[in-house]
Amino acid sequence: MRPVLAALLALALLVPVAAAATPRASLTDIEDEVMCLECGTALNVSNSKVADQERTYIAELIAQGMTKQQVKDALVAEYGPRVLAEPSDSGFEITAWLVPVLAGAGALLLVGLTARRWRRARVAGPGPAGPALDPDDALRLDAELAAYDR
Amino acid sequence: MDNARETDENTDRPQIPFKGMRARVYWPVSVAAALLVGLLAYGLTTTGTDTTLDSAMAAGERVAPPSRSGLPVLGGRGSRSLADFEGKVVLVNVWASWCDPCRDELPLIQKAHRMMTPRGGTVLGIDVKENSGAALDAVEEFGLTFPNLRDRDGGYVRKWGQTGYPESYVIDRKGRVAAVRRFPVTQEWLDETLPPLLDEPA
Repeated sequence: MRPVLAALLALALLVPVAAAATPRASLTDIEDEVMCLECGTALNVSNSKVADQERTYIAELIAQGMTKQQVKDALVAEYGPRVLAEPSDSGFEITAWLVPVLAGAGALLLVGLTARRWRRARVAGPGPAGPALDPDDALRLDAELAAYDR
Repeated sequence: MDNARETDENTDRPQIPFKGMRARVYWPVSVAAALLVGLLAYGLTTTGTDTTLDSAMAAGERVAPPSRSGLPVLGGRGSRSLADFEGKVVLVNVWASWCDPCRDELPLIQKAHRMMTPRGGTVLGIDVKENSGAALDAVEEFGLTFPNLRDRDGGYVRKWGQTGYPESYVIDRKGRVAAVRRFPVTQEWLDETLPPLLDEPA
C-alpha cells in the first residue's frame, strides 16, 4: 500500500509542475470562460453557428501556440470585452460582483441577528405556560388522570 | 394575558422570539427587494429592443439615424461612419457569415450595390459578431465590392433596434433613415425602395 501512496503523492506533486511547464491552452478549458455572443450563453453550452465559428477561431489561436491568456486577449481584441463570460469590474457590470456579496452579507447578518435573538429568548427562560386552566377543565383533567392510574 | 405578547423586551416577561424583530427586519428586507426589482427593471429597459425607428417608419417619417458613430473598417485601418457617405443613398446591410439567411441575401445586396454605384448610392455592410478572418472569407466568397464595417459585439446595430439577421436600413441623400427592413430583402423590395430615393436631389 505504501509504495502506491508514495507514487500517488509524487504524481500529485508533479502535476502542478507539469502544468506550469506546459501552459498550452485547451479549447475545453477556455470554452466555459467565453460567451457565445449571439446566444448569450457560455460557449461550452452553445451549439449555434456563431458558437462554432468562435470555437474554430479559438482552435486556430491555440494552434498558433498561444497561452490561455493570449487567446482571451485576442478574443477581446476581435469581439470586444463582452466575449468574456466574467463580468468586468467597472461600470454597471460591477453590480454582478456586488449584488451576490451584499446579498450574502445581508443573509449572514440576518442569521446572526436571529441567532442572538433566540439565545436571549432561551436565557430568559421558557415561554409562558399559557392561560391558566379553567377550574372545570382542571377537575376533568384530574379525573381523567386518576382514571388512567387505576 | 394576550398583552404579554406585545410587551417589549425590557419587561421581565419572557419574550416570543421574532415578534419584536419583525418590524426591524422588515424594512431592510423591503429595501433590498426594492433594489433588486429596480435592478431588474433597469436591466430589462436597457437590453430591450428600441422600436423608435419602426414607429417612425410606420408613420411614414424620415428620421435621423439612431447612431452616427464610427466603426472599424473590415480588413482595413481606421474607422468610418455614415457621415462619410453624405449626399449618397446608403443601403446599410447588417450581416454575418454565420447567418444562413444573410448568406442567401448577400448576392442580392451585391447586385444592388452595382446598380446603386453609378447613380450616387452605395451599400454599406455592417458585419456583426464575428472575427475579421471569417468575415473577410465571406467577402471573398461572395465577391463583395462594397465597404464593410465591423460591429464586433453588436452594440451599434442594437441602437438601430435590430431584432435579427439580416437587416437593412436605407439612408436618403439628406442623411435620414428612409426605410427599414427587419428581415431579408427581396428584389421586389429593393426595386420599390431604392430607385425613388436615388432619383431624389441631394
